[in-house]
Amino acid sequence: MAKTLAAAPKKKMTWKRFKRFLPIYALMLPGLIYLFINNYMPLPGLMIAFKKYNAGKGIYGSDWVGFKNFEYLFTTDDAWVITRNTIAYNLAFIVVNTVLAIAVAIILSELDGKIKKLYQSAILLPNLISTVIIGYLVFAFFSVENGFINNTILPLLGKEAVGWYSEAKYWPFILIFVSAWRSVGYNCIIYLATLMGFDKSFYESAKIDGATRWQQIQYITLPLLKPTVIMLTLMAIGRIFYSDFGLFYQVPMNQGALYATTNTIDTYVYRGLLQMGNISMSAAAGVYQSFIGFILVLGANLIVRKIDRDSALI
Amino acid sequence: MKTREDKIYNFFGHLVMVVLTLLAVVPILLMFISSLTDNDALVKNGYSFFPEKWSVYAYEWIFASNSATILRAYGISIVLTVLGTVLSLLITMCLAYGLSKKELPGRGVLTFLVFFTMLFNGGLVPTYINYTNVFHIKDTFWGLLVPGLLMNAFNVLLMKSYFVTGVPGEIMEAAYIDGADEFKIMWKIAIPLSKPIIATVAMFAAIAYWNDWNNGYIYLVKRTDLFSIQNLLNRLMQSIQALTQNTSGLSQAGEGLAKIPSSTVRMAMAAIGILPIMVIYPFIQKNFVKGITLGGVKG
Repeated sequence: MAKTLAAAPKKKMTWKRFKRFLPIYALMLPGLIYLFINNYMPLPGLMIAFKKYNAGKGIYGSDWVGFKNFEYLFTTDDAWVITRNTIAYNLAFIVVNTVLAIAVAIILSELDGKIKKLYQSAILLPNLISTVIIGYLVFAFFSVENGFINNTILPLLGKEAVGWYSEAKYWPFILIFVSAWRSVGYNCIIYLATLMGFDKSFYESAKIDGATRWQQIQYITLPLLKPTVIMLTLMAIGRIFYSDFGLFYQVPMNQGALYATTNTIDTYVYRGLLQMGNISMSAAAGVYQSFIGFILVLGANLIVRKIDRDSALI
Repeated sequence: MKTREDKIYNFFGHLVMVVLTLLAVVPILLMFISSLTDNDALVKNGYSFFPEKWSVYAYEWIFASNSATILRAYGISIVLTVLGTVLSLLITMCLAYGLSKKELPGRGVLTFLVFFTMLFNGGLVPTYINYTNVFHIKDTFWGLLVPGLLMNAFNVLLMKSYFVTGVPGEIMEAAYIDGADEFKIMWKIAIPLSKPIIATVAMFAAIAYWNDWNNGYIYLVKRTDLFSIQNLLNRLMQSIQALTQNTSGLSQAGEGLAKIPSSTVRMAMAAIGILPIMVIYPFIQKNFVKGITLGGVKG
């Protein structure tokens, strides 16, 4: 981006030039207004985190309390739990989803034509389903009274029914599985597109030299994929302080008994704001997320930019 | 020429993919089968792939007693998706088109303002307060349409770089010299040359609008009549009575509740919600794959 900016010649702003560009500014106006309303106007509201919010007095009229809200937030267990959950789940998603996506992409890249398209369509389907309906699908399997697992699978194994929606310890596995179920098809397409661009002659000469399939994957495919993996992983690490609200709120059905393993920064902020009415605390958690998230996104992008300018956001 | 190794590799490749395909489809299948199960059989045996007794009663019940609620939610989802997609596409295209003009004064600053929204976000609390206290969109259709969904910086920048690389500046310059105005140049030259990216952005916007439940959940508190199909589904998961409360009076609700085949109705409603996606998917599948590759690396 900086390159193209520098390339643009600096010219003096004259009335004639302004008139020439007026229609373009007019075209851009609705978009700019929307970004102003949606992204910039709320920013002063961040000050609520440093105030004792009083709906009657409004944002500006409420009393300043300095870092009190943050002090309270970090003396509770919540701060630790939501930070741990947000980061740990994201790390697990990065590892599991990347490994699966690469494996599936490599397998798909060597299969032929029509059936390959069919596989691809099928594993991509979960990506199109809303989180609400994913919640229903998970419920069909895990429902305590009627669920497929409690009624069919566990009896087959001779085990007792499990209270899935009241025992937090199972949810890391369920959520990691659901996340993989939903995103592997999507991620594998990105890797597959990269794979298809590799120079075929590497593989042909490797075959002539008698390399096995596994050796070809190990010594050609994976090293060539490395830059893409690094790039996507860095981008994901930049977003490690954000979580998919739907996945953590909708899929566990907002069950209080599961908060230990399902509460993330995003669900905490939501519940604080709209269910507990604890706006100041919620705002403090939001500011905590915004600022650390900002530093991480920026850092990740600067590193990406060092490696490969074109892939970076900035 | 296939070697023995190739054959083994192919066999295992297909095996793995068949398993993954089943894993992807089986939960959806379970939902459809459960919706077609007799409620008593379901309560006895749980959600099952091989129901003891089939029945379409869940669907009959839904359409006999609640067709109005469901049709309205469907209608709202459709209007929301169409309107949201068209609006979001229009303002994204126009903004991206402007940002793609290299000689535009202030282009650097404007691009940064768009880009910055991807780096820093005020989050839910200030956004909610802004939308409810300043714009009063709570319990209005705007609450479904506007917050967070209408346009995002990523799509703008994606489209901008497509305009920069995919539409030759000389053609646009020539058209301008020939007397075409900016609107005409954008409409007749830039947009037709950028169909792939426009199709991609439109498709992702449409999917996001159809699947969104979050805005309705946050901004529709009293006006449940504005619920989209996702919001209705969400409410239904919490209580099956949500369906009856809208149509019948309180006195009938208790009586009606006893007859509700609730376990199967749940799944039948989910099936009704998922149906449009399943119908459209074969047609958009190819574009969806292309779109992921177009926007994927940065997304």
